Amino acid sequence: MSAVPGPAAKTERLLNLVMCLLYTRRPLPKARLRQLVPQYAAATSDESFDRMFERDKDELRELGIPLVIEDINGVWDDDTGYRIHRREYALPDVSFTREELAVLGLAGRAWAQGSLAGEAAAAIRKLQADGIERDEDSLVGIEPRLRTSEPGFDHVRRAVTTSTPLTFDYRRPGGDTVTRRVQPWGMASWHGRWYLTAYDLDREDQRVFRLSRISGPVRTSGRPGSYAVPADHDARAVVAASVADSTEATHTAVLRVRQGRGNALRLRAHAAHDVDGGWTRLQLDYGDVDALADEVTGFGADVVVEEPPELVDGVVRRLTGVAAAHGGDR
Amino acid sequence: MSGPGSVPETATHRLARLLTLVPWLAHRPGISVADAARGLDITPDQLRADLDLIFLCGYGSMPDELIEVDADGDRIVVRNADTIDRPLRLGLDEAITLMVGLRALADVAGLTDRDALDSALAKLEEAAGSVADVTRRVQADLTDDAGADALAAARRALAEHRRLHLRYLVPSRDETTERDVDPMRLVSLDGHWYLEGWCHRAEQTRLFRLDRVEAIELLDVDGTPPSQATPRDLAAGTFQPGPGTEAVTLRLAPGAAWVADYYPVDAVVQGEGAALEVTLRTADTAWLRRLLLRLGGQGAILAPAALAAEVGQAARAALAAYSGEEPPARR
Repeated sequence: MSAVPGPAAKTERLLNLVMCLLYTRRPLPKARLRQLVPQYAAATSDESFDRMFERDKDELRELGIPLVIEDINGVWDDDTGYRIHRREYALPDVSFTREELAVLGLAGRAWAQGSLAGEAAAAIRKLQADGIERDEDSLVGIEPRLRTSEPGFDHVRRAVTTSTPLTFDYRRPGGDTVTRRVQPWGMASWHGRWYLTAYDLDREDQRVFRLSRISGPVRTSGRPGSYAVPADHDARAVVAASVADSTEATHTAVLRVRQGRGNALRLRAHAAHDVDGGWTRLQLDYGDVDALADEVTGFGADVVVEEPPELVDGVVRRLTGVAAAHGGDR
Repeated sequence: MSGPGSVPETATHRLARLLTLVPWLAHRPGISVADAARGLDITPDQLRADLDLIFLCGYGSMPDELIEVDADGDRIVVRNADTIDRPLRLGLDEAITLMVGLRALADVAGLTDRDALDSALAKLEEAAGSVADVTRRVQADLTDDAGADALAAARRALAEHRRLHLRYLVPSRDETTERDVDPMRLVSLDGHWYLEGWCHRAEQTRLFRLDRVEAIELLDVDGTPPSQATPRDLAAGTFQPGPGTEAVTLRLAPGAAWVADYYPVDAVVQGEGAALEVTLRTADTAWLRRLLLRLGGQGAILAPAALAAEVGQAARAALAAYSGEEPPARR
């Protein structure tokens, strides 16, 4: 075997080790592996071989390779040996149809813009390893995209999947920042944003956190697997309910809208009557007064709020703020 | 970025890649270097370096214990690799991408072949084994408020290369428009589905958000886009500064800081207090005026002065409608 320097030599050593451990029908003691893997045989001392082998074992396990230690019945000096069971190692022999591979490809492509792009592509390649090519044509031109651009995304995902407690600073809607210590339970995207569902250790209750409001680094604050996630926890349902709570349409507004304007509001109105002077009076339901006030303010003089007073206040307050920020108050 | 990119690949990452590359090539004897490199998403040079490495790897040192690689010409043949002729099981993150992605697609009505999707998911759950349960802790959403009808019609037009007629709301101009569109692709981004197509009214490639489509009709007209129609790069989002853009400097208080995340801005500097100062480029002053009004004073135009005056004027004109009635509460 060639003497390739640096990382390539290590890859070669690890590949030889994996093949030896998969091929063997009996657990192989360390001494035997040192003979079989040329890069181990070349080790200059027992100590350097031991160090190399211990590190290699850990790194293979980190890759998800199921390397196991088993007892040997006295054939060699060592009483334990190593092997990889093929049944545990290999992707089960499932075969996918072209149509199935097409939707799998679509699912994989959804992550192509984010931090999991490499994992998605690698997964597809594994499923196609046995030679079936996917049916590209039927889904051409469809591009689902799941963005993972929130800075804490990868750290939070690892904490969720390994049950690891986290601590982070969180910006509240009001603008102030508070430190949160949580046990992550799940994460869900909802209308383009990622949320974390977790047990809040200080408030002793389940809470929902928007990832884009986490400010600064996310810190690990406990051991993986140090708590249990409730079996019936459904992150998406919790997030959807929490978002819906703040947006459920429970109030009615009356707005005056200039002819041909305020079209997004017209679409949602449940009643519209033309009134004098080229205006239409709309009735529409809303949940979040601030969200509707933002939207109405955006239309400027083309939309005027008649009811309710709290919406009038919200719009007037915004307009006054805009006027003050652009050329002084009146 | 899949495959080895600009960051040097670690030894273990390369091992993981080779453990898929070997079975992938072993099942495609005689594949050309170019096809293999494309299928494996690596450069031909990287592929040759990988072949050099696996050549003579094995479970012993006798010739029949080693992987054989024949790649002298343009064709690759990998043999005697039976110990690793199946790829390694899916890792947790790999399983998450496909299973979470499939479950999200299943919820989008009218988009995919539901039978193929369900059977793919069932097989994948079986293949993934114990990690399948953990993937359920991550749930993605690709639905939006657009009706399934608009999505299904756009999907059909795309598959059949037919032109579409749209009645479409342009919120930044606050007007409803009628237009014919040759469909190019359907993209979901940040919680909305968009149809990208050649718009015959604008004679340009345009993005249409499906929940703003008021009516959609399939025409019996060929909808192949003209050759000059090119898809846009959506990596930075759907907001596209047009030609003739003007640099606008904004000051954003903490309550408006989301603007810097949401729209592509040229420069962000920390201003007075907790405020940000950003520069963004746009030719669409109607859109900008609307944005500044919405920000309710949390954002302010610092330059150009004429635009700042225009926004202030718009706010004062709107306030006038309230001053005639009961005096509204002021702060």
